[in-house]
Amino acid sequence: MKPLSRRQLAWRAAQDIEEGAYVNLGIGLPTLVSDFIPHGREVIFHSENGILGLGPAPKEGEEDPDLINAGKGFATLLPGGAYFHHNDSFVMVRGGHLDLALLGAYEVSEAGDIANWTVEDPNTPPGVGGAMDLAAGAKEIRVLMEHNTRDGAPRLRRLCSYPLTAAGVVKRIYTTLAVIDVGPEGLVVREMVPDLDIAGLQSKTEATLTLANDWRPLKAPAE
Amino acid sequence: MIDKRVKDLATAVADIRDGATIFYAGFGQVGEPVELVDALLAQGARDLTLVANNGGTGEVGLSKLIKERRVRKLICSFPRTTDSHCFEEAYREGRIELELVPQGTLSERIRAAGAGVAGFYVRVGAETKLAEGKETRVFDGHLHVLEKPLKGDVALIRAEKGDRWGNLVYRKSARNFNPVMAMGARLAIAQVKEIVALGALDPESIHTPGIFVDRVVAFGPA
Repeated sequence: MKPLSRRQLAWRAAQDIEEGAYVNLGIGLPTLVSDFIPHGREVIFHSENGILGLGPAPKEGEEDPDLINAGKGFATLLPGGAYFHHNDSFVMVRGGHLDLALLGAYEVSEAGDIANWTVEDPNTPPGVGGAMDLAAGAKEIRVLMEHNTRDGAPRLRRLCSYPLTAAGVVKRIYTTLAVIDVGPEGLVVREMVPDLDIAGLQSKTEATLTLANDWRPLKAPAE
Repeated sequence: MIDKRVKDLATAVADIRDGATIFYAGFGQVGEPVELVDALLAQGARDLTLVANNGGTGEVGLSKLIKERRVRKLICSFPRTTDSHCFEEAYREGRIELELVPQGTLSERIRAAGAGVAGFYVRVGAETKLAEGKETRVFDGHLHVLEKPLKGDVALIRAEKGDRWGNLVYRKSARNFNPVMAMGARLAIAQVKEIVALGALDPESIHTPGIFVDRVVAFGPA
């Protein structure tokens, strides 16, 4: 059994983004998703710092000091893109104008609660950024995260152990081992990496999982 | 004749008092009024409350103000970014108070202060620690949190161009918090790369109308 790499995980999440969608990518893992939108599909990326139509990273030597993305990396603007101020940016976020937000997370619960802003370590200041605004305002929230922590602890929990970013908002979770939907009856496994069975996946997961009847192998192009 | 131009950065910040609440625009290092903060450091004001999106980068601007122990409290959404060691040290040593606010709520609270709105309800933060102690109310079946305006004594703004009436234009993603912060403070001071003649800015494309701006000062190479 071989988990997906971070880039393969981003590839898998990108395949589900629909033509014409307005999408916000959270910092970290979700930022990688923009590299894998299928050719010919037009998707408009929103960046919380006042950009619609965010393009790929600039070539070396072509960076513009006044043009960055939410992760503070240099960015570009696509033809048709627009700049606006922070308040308008969060009108878009909070007012339900974004079709989709892809967020990273420390943990997700079986009710779709998400925790991604603090680990409550007195030496590490918390940072919420736009995560709570996105979680409350985007039409759909999907999460990308490694299936387990570096120490092997589960990130899919019965209840989140870290403070919540929002309750009951996550609809789909892409992990390095599986694609899982949050349904009214709990977590439903849609895809699993080859050579893993539901018992094996459950053993790495605290939340209770149900395998969809029509589940499929989770595959991404080799790197 | 209305003339909001001031001759230099030191004059622009001369009357900022100890204990003031200061809006510091910018997102990461983009759109930060670094030169105004350098002038404020030289001016000496202390015991300040800073309102910013981040906690400063490297050892310039907000970071320097924190390092020099001028900041009592930081109200921001995301203090920990690329090289925010000045804030992190102050935080670990308990030298600085932190009020964490979701980014859109931060922006909207500042807007409310400038717009004469006494409070507003949002779903953002409902059922989280950041809403603890705040009034809540259910609208359309969803829990909302009452948020109050955040007023600034002073806004430090950075723009690309300005004129003597205080009209401002920004460049690319450097606009960010600048327009809303100019609205939400009693005194808005804008550092601009270039001061242009009245009428030179396209009136269809002015980002911040001069009514929100009190002082305009050129910085950098003249």
